[in-house]
Amino acid sequence: MPEPAILCHQLRKRYGHVTAVDGLDLRVERGECFGMLGPNGAGKTTTIEILQGLLDPDEGSVEVLGRCWARDERDLRQRMGSQLQETKLPERLTVEEVVRLFRSFYRRGRSVEAVLAEVALLEKRRAWVSKLSGGQRQRLAVACALVSEPELLFLDEPTTGLDPQSRRQVWEIVSAFRRKGGTVLLTTHYMEEAQQLCDRVAVIDHGRVIALGSPRELIASLGAEHVVEFSLEASATMPETAYTMLPGVEAVSDDDGKVRLTVSQVHLVVPALIRMLAEHRVELHELTTHHATLEDVFLTLTGRHLRNG
Amino acid sequence: MAERAPSAIGQLTLWRMREFLREPEALFWVFAFPILLALALGIAFRAKGPQIVRVAVEAGPAAEATVRALEQVGRIEAALLDPEEAAARLRTGRVALVVRPGSVPTLVFDSTRSEGQLARLVVGDALQQSAGRTDAVSLRDQTVREPGGRYIDFLIPGLLGLNIMGTGMWGVGYGIVKNRTQKLLKRFLASPMRRGEYLLSFLLARLWFLALEVAAVLLFGRLAFGVPIRGSLIALAVVAVLGALTFAGIGTLVASRTRTVEGVSGLMNLVMVPMWIFSGVFFAYSNFPEQVQLFARLLPLTALNDALRGILLDGMPLVGLMGPLALMAAWGGASFAVALRIFRWE
Repeated sequence: MPEPAILCHQLRKRYGHVTAVDGLDLRVERGECFGMLGPNGAGKTTTIEILQGLLDPDEGSVEVLGRCWARDERDLRQRMGSQLQETKLPERLTVEEVVRLFRSFYRRGRSVEAVLAEVALLEKRRAWVSKLSGGQRQRLAVACALVSEPELLFLDEPTTGLDPQSRRQVWEIVSAFRRKGGTVLLTTHYMEEAQQLCDRVAVIDHGRVIALGSPRELIASLGAEHVVEFSLEASATMPETAYTMLPGVEAVSDDDGKVRLTVSQVHLVVPALIRMLAEHRVELHELTTHHATLEDVFLTLTGRHLRNG
Repeated sequence: MAERAPSAIGQLTLWRMREFLREPEALFWVFAFPILLALALGIAFRAKGPQIVRVAVEAGPAAEATVRALEQVGRIEAALLDPEEAAARLRTGRVALVVRPGSVPTLVFDSTRSEGQLARLVVGDALQQSAGRTDAVSLRDQTVREPGGRYIDFLIPGLLGLNIMGTGMWGVGYGIVKNRTQKLLKRFLASPMRRGEYLLSFLLARLWFLALEVAAVLLFGRLAFGVPIRGSLIALAVVAVLGALTFAGIGTLVASRTRTVEGVSGLMNLVMVPMWIFSGVFFAYSNFPEQVQLFARLLPLTALNDALRGILLDGMPLVGLMGPLALMAAWGGASFAVALRIFRWE
């Protein structure tokens, strides 16, 4: 069995009094797309930068493609591709000049044309970077990571700030890389992204892994697949036990009058809920239901939302 | 799919050159600015005919006769004024000297100003002659005006040095800090790019432009003002390249840890402005007191300017310039070595 693509053990990194990464373990298998999901400030970027050999951890060990940074840095850099958050590519170079520049750093790799075709920027090859849209810039950044034909691709929030269509285009590029057998480690705070792309997800909060598994497993760990959310008329409250009595309710959370029920069968819960509230003469405001997502997993684990957590 | 990799040092150097050529402002500062400066200063300080001496004569008895006596001398322009007006003009520099006629005429002038001293000599001479003094020896004047000794001849090598310093420091220092703020340095660090090649590409791109900017300034001096190039072009090239490398080294040092463009601009000025003043760009540093001259002689731009003037104006060979060349090499080498040690890549 080949060694894992990434193996890290008890990583710790402090900045002054802030502990960004607090004893984090990960194991990413070859050929897998692995996501680190968490809110801003959870320690995702620090972790991915340690794994890429850009930061030294205060404690812990890192192995990438069976090697370690201290001994095999040059070899590892040839075999990985990376997209960092906030990199601004040279504004006054053309798209193909930027990709050729990055190509020149690697011993092996693909033709500039082939990579540009793959990220759908062939038509823009002679345009200056300064003229590109946000989505095009991001695809160019991914192209620079792919031009060496890496075994392992690091993506740090690859679609943050992009519109839905641009996001989908980036997802397609990542999926194509996966189909050719590449390994991906990405960070994101979009649960749709993790759900769409990742075989396995580590939910990160305060520099630790608080849940690990495939998106399906994580959602199944809620014990029920649907979420019913509603709020009551102002000042009205009901004890939580009133909700747990309802059929098929697995979990209840009450956040300032906004109640969330994790349930197995919506069609049984909703009529029962309405009946129960009517009996107590409490009026219902805003009732919504949806399939449980990773967002609900995070909310259940931490009591906070991903976006503004 | 595999394709032979383009050379990294080649691509990095091309990038530096493209970035520069695609930035019109940078082109202006490197090529147009020194030429415009040379043109303006060359015209302002061009060699003129014998200077006209403007003096005032206070109204009173014998004033008219004094004015006539002075105007006998071709280069004196004398105005008859009442004492208050004469004093006001002296104070504001519109006349260089005031004559107060009398049995013993009084000459009022500012002895610290060269115009005052010149006027004192010329007016004294004129008054003595009109009173009947004869010269003990007769002298014959022969005037020369040879290229090499004029202000513009002094100025062009100085501007050349200034330009080599400015483009070296800005081109390298600003470029590095910009890449750092763009997080490009970090992105490069994630790739197998060799750090030495990144820094080397700045030097190589600089050398390309150096040839052009030196040629532009020298050609302009030659065509517009007849500034001579007395030494060998090879010696000139050696000095220019050494100068460019020296300031690229200092630029790298200034940029080695700076995180913001504002920060690096301030540091650049801190390093360069003293050299604008003390290194004999616009006027000879021999005007400064002894101790200040000792300091001025240690500056790398002073060494570069001395070497450029030695070659262009005095036709000196490189062997005669070992002192300044060694000083430049020491500055450049030490700066680059320190910069490499403390460089911040993230």
